[in-house]
Amino acid sequence: MRPEVALPILLPLLSGAVSLLFWRSRPMQRFVAVAGNIALLIASLWLFVATLSDGYITMQMGSWPAPFGITLIADMLSAVMILMTGIIGLAMGIYSLATTGRGHEKFGYYPLMHLLLAGVAGAFLTGDIFNLYVWFEVMLVASFALLILGGERAQMEGAIKYVTLNLLASVIFLSAVGLLYGTVGTLNMADIALRIDMVEHAGMVEVLAVMFMVAFGIKAAAFPLFFWLPASYHTPPVAVSALFAGLLTKVGVYALFRVFTLIFDQTMGYLQDIMLWGAVLTMVTGVLGAAAQYEFRRILSFHIVSQIGYMILGLALYTPLAIAGGVFAIMHNIVVKTNLFLISGITHRLQGTYQLKKMGGLYKERPWLAVAFFISAFSLAGVPPLSGFFAKFVIVRAGIEAEAYVVTGIALAVGLMTLYSMVKIWNEVFWKALPEQNHVPVATTPSGDDGRLIKPSLWMMYLPVVVLALFSVLIGIFAEPIMLVMNTIGDQLFEPEGYIEAVLGVAANAQESLLEANEFQPETGTAAGEETP
Amino acid sequence: MEPLMALAIGLLYATAIFMMLRRSIVKLVIGLLLLSNAANLLIFTTAGMTRGAPPLIPEGMLQPVGEVADPLPQAVVLTAIVIAFGVLAFAVVLIRRAYEVVKADDLDKMKDTDT
Repeated sequence: MRPEVALPILLPLLSGAVSLLFWRSRPMQRFVAVAGNIALLIASLWLFVATLSDGYITMQMGSWPAPFGITLIADMLSAVMILMTGIIGLAMGIYSLATTGRGHEKFGYYPLMHLLLAGVAGAFLTGDIFNLYVWFEVMLVASFALLILGGERAQMEGAIKYVTLNLLASVIFLSAVGLLYGTVGTLNMADIALRIDMVEHAGMVEVLAVMFMVAFGIKAAAFPLFFWLPASYHTPPVAVSALFAGLLTKVGVYALFRVFTLIFDQTMGYLQDIMLWGAVLTMVTGVLGAAAQYEFRRILSFHIVSQIGYMILGLALYTPLAIAGGVFAIMHNIVVKTNLFLISGITHRLQGTYQLKKMGGLYKERPWLAVAFFISAFSLAGVPPLSGFFAKFVIVRAGIEAEAYVVTGIALAVGLMTLYSMVKIWNEVFWKALPEQNHVPVATTPSGDDGRLIKPSLWMMYLPVVVLALFSVLIGIFAEPIMLVMNTIGDQLFEPEGYIEAVLGVAANAQESLLEANEFQPETGTAAGEETP
Repeated sequence: MEPLMALAIGLLYATAIFMMLRRSIVKLVIGLLLLSNAANLLIFTTAGMTRGAPPLIPEGMLQPVGEVADPLPQAVVLTAIVIAFGVLAFAVVLIRRAYEVVKADDLDKMKDTDT
């Protein structure tokens, strides 16, 4: 019984429920938003420390033995992702206090935020493939509602694309789960990993692998399946887009990492090439799309796509070092990308627009905001000694070691293009003078343009931005201990025997030989015994 | 039974994709509905269909006698139906709001956020 595995799921669910109980009380909901997310951060730290010392932490739901019940498992990858969820959750909790309008709060902004975090945490921790689908849906439904909060025209149009394509991905995922169950007769991911090697029809396994790749590819916004992302991520309230940008697509990437290291590791073959070039095209199209944009959040949305390419590249190179680099990229990107969206929210508050052409002069007006943007933007582009540099460095090094020179070259060129986009934002928003026709800021802010009224809420917007920028610097400075953790992740994912053993409680080899001898007849049920011939 | 089910499932998937490719947002939602039904039937069929043998353990025994139906895909399908129901309810409300805001039942008129 290890409660720390279940806590990151239970706490946000509880906060969501408490928040719903206080439906009419705005101060109470705001209090729960911060207190609940502080609790989540503490729980995720606990899980991280426990995983660091134990390697794997498992918990069988309802005390059903492993392949029959639902397993919660935290390996190093899950623990790091949960830790990032906790950090971003708290940052968003505080930031939302200042940016969320009363109208949005009245329609359940905070309960939805908690449910979204619960869905994300559940997806990171589950060891059961159908349960993964369920957590994806929990997360999706919460994100649907958050996306259309406010009900403006752009939101509706963005939401239709977002909802349709994500539901399509869910159905592909669900169909794949059904076919997988028909093929191997189990839903436990560790058990699937053992049994899938013994499936007679190799073609069936390949079909399944492709279905999972497409389903998670849509969710992760990989080329050519990313079009829903730039069409919708710039439409909702800024705190929501920051939360989406930081966490949601990364859940898709996490699922790709999990499924393609644990279950389909034997079938990579030419799929690996498809994934590799998919990753490269994702990087290139994302960064080119951003180059053509002049809207703050839209540029950032395209850069999400571009950065997803780096993460998938780490998986596609498929060496322990490359996987470590991919996870490093995920971690760094969650911090930096969220922060850039948060900064776009502050500049919107200050100047009333997201259009770069209409903005300007912020370097003179708010030098510290400029510094925070500078750190995050250059970290995204991969300038040393910030966090992005090390993520890119590890991936590039793994690429050179794997002798994938063309791919590595493109990855470096994309870094340069990212720098171009970031410098464009820097020039337009911070460096150039404010255009004449816009010297009176548009009065869209709820609490006035300047002076005392705005100060307390601006403080709450600055706090997460400064802390996250600091994280980006610290990740860069303490890259070595972090790299040790990443190497553990790389080794754990590359050799999933430890994961399988932790879930099933038996050494993987022994279990496999049992299965091969066909003596494995469960006594507690028929679920796993009825494989279709 | 299986060939018939396979045919029905294939037809459902095809109809769903066809409906989703139309321009009307109402047809889009009908497509989503059919798609989730197709997936549910697929799970039900691939897990193996056993006729008239409920997974019940006779009194005084520890495991069922003879061949019984696998209860797990049924539990899975039930969960998937509930999820699909909730999501579709949301989708229906969404297209109603979208229709009110955009004043058109036409996806081609919803291109403002595209790039």
